[in-house]
Amino acid sequence: MNILLILPILIPFITGIILILAWNNQLGQKTLSVVGASLLLATGVGLLLSVWEDGIQVVQIGNWPAPFGITLVADLLSAIMVVLAGLMSTSVIIYSLTSMDPERESFGYHPLFHILLMGICGSFLTGDIFNLYVWFEVMLISSFVLVALGGEKAQLEGGIKYVTLNLISSAIFLVAVGILYGMVGTLNMADLANQLDNAKQPGLVTTLAILFMIAFGLKAAMFPLFFWLPSSYHTPPVAVSAIFSGLLTKVGVYTLIRAFTLLFVQDVEYTHTILLVASGLTMLTGVLGAAAQNEFRRILSFHIVSQIGYMVMGLALYTPLALAGSIFYIAHHIIVKTNLFLVSGVVHRLRGSYHLKQLGGMYHLYPMLAILFLIPAFSLAGIPPLSGFWAKFVLIKAGLQQGEYAIVATALVVSLLTIFSMTKIWGEVFWKPELESSEVTENPPLSSLLHLVLPVAALAAITVMIGLFSEPLFILSTRAAEQLLNREAYIQAVLGLGVQ
Amino acid sequence: MRTSIILSTASRYLLPLMPLFSIFLLLRGHNEPGGGFVGGLVAAAAFALYAFAHNVKEARKALRVEPRRLIGVGLFIAVGSAALSVFNGKPFMTGLWYKEVPVLGKLGTPFLFDIGVYLVVVGVTLTIIFSLAEGE
Repeated sequence: MNILLILPILIPFITGIILILAWNNQLGQKTLSVVGASLLLATGVGLLLSVWEDGIQVVQIGNWPAPFGITLVADLLSAIMVVLAGLMSTSVIIYSLTSMDPERESFGYHPLFHILLMGICGSFLTGDIFNLYVWFEVMLISSFVLVALGGEKAQLEGGIKYVTLNLISSAIFLVAVGILYGMVGTLNMADLANQLDNAKQPGLVTTLAILFMIAFGLKAAMFPLFFWLPSSYHTPPVAVSAIFSGLLTKVGVYTLIRAFTLLFVQDVEYTHTILLVASGLTMLTGVLGAAAQNEFRRILSFHIVSQIGYMVMGLALYTPLALAGSIFYIAHHIIVKTNLFLVSGVVHRLRGSYHLKQLGGMYHLYPMLAILFLIPAFSLAGIPPLSGFWAKFVLIKAGLQQGEYAIVATALVVSLLTIFSMTKIWGEVFWKPELESSEVTENPPLSSLLHLVLPVAALAAITVMIGLFSEPLFILSTRAAEQLLNREAYIQAVLGLGVQ
Repeated sequence: MRTSIILSTASRYLLPLMPLFSIFLLLRGHNEPGGGFVGGLVAAAAFALYAFAHNVKEARKALRVEPRRLIGVGLFIAVGSAALSVFNGKPFMTGLWYKEVPVLGKLGTPFLFDIGVYLVVVGVTLTIIFSLAEGE
């Protein structure tokens, strides 16, 4: 029994509880929040090392044997995701020490943040499909409050769209789980994988696969179910947008990968072709949508959609190299996208606006900030030697190997359009001279905003490091992909230990 | 807000009775219908009734602790009961049993968990009801 498997769920939970008890002590809340998030990062790294050394880790909760109780499973993909969740939460919490207003903090920003993290880590670690639903709900309910916390008009408008669409997705998910249980009589994912292979109604299995694809696709903001994302992510405070953009849709992508490598691989020809077409359309609509926007965070939101396409593309190609590309892409994307949102927050802090038209002259005043923007922006577009280049390179190579030229062409065109969007932000916010009508007269030095700049700089440094030394992460992704494709090992790890 | 004399007199007697009944429900919950959730709801209903019969301020005074604190303490007890098994070298949430005690029934971590649930339910329900009533 490996305690490292439970800690990523327990640490945010206990932190959340203590934060509730320390409701009125704002300084204590801030300190504790940072400690909790860094502990999560540390356990995440511990878990990754342990999975790397000893293979897939399993805990049977409550000591109930495998197909009957709830199982927690950590393979390399889960562990990588937990590490990323820890890294993002630590950066965003440090960032929100300065950026979050005391009002929101006094209404429970910190406890909610940690309960959200608990839901996210739970989703990554569970090996039971109904339990996954429960973690989704934990995550969604806290995210609903975080989206609406503060009660500004725009927030509530975005919140309604966000809540409605996510509830629909949950309903579809629940229906699919119900049908699945009615068909094979089990909810344990390893057991499901076994049973679905021998299911008597292969047609129904495919139908279920599509239902799950819709439910998870909605969460991941895949075409054609992406529209809730750009209409809600730019409304809450930037720290909330940043953690949402980094982690929430990626939970959707993670579950898609899990479902379509472990559970639904009976009719790959059919299901993965749909995924491939959807991924291409996701890339294209996202990037075209971004081109039409003029608000910093809306542009970034549309780019999340576009980037989701790349991650799904790797899953859809369904080869070891392609899956490794997907995992690499997720790691790269989470870091880069969160960072871009954080930069948009710094600009907003300095200039009081997210609208490109009202901004300008930042390069002249803050050259360091401009560089900190350029690193993730170029990485997002895939310019060597930054992390995005390697992620795209691997995916495109995998696409060429499979002879899927259409998707490769789409991916390349979308990269070009991404550069267009990023240069638009660069040109409007940083390069063009400051507006004469600008009312901002103070220009505080960046060093006075240490809590804001530190996470941005750290994440930019990680992006550069991944770019320059991509080998370790690539080896890790490759092994994670091999583990995903070797379903027997997963099933053995879960069911083998349970039967004693 | 005017309240009826009947309600305010009745609530004075119900305030001790309903929490007693809720504890009965909590204890009986292991093998029979009942448990922390229903028990918590009944206890919360007692204070909600008191708040309607008198006012929220009085009800808060009668409760003595802040409802939010109950949520925290309840969650803590629940997590603690689940984590105890980890210190015993068993998987998380494994039930540990002490022994059978008259009145209380079978003592063990699931009972502790139920107490946690009870407190959380009381805390959450009263937080919601009190804030709504104060918002009027």
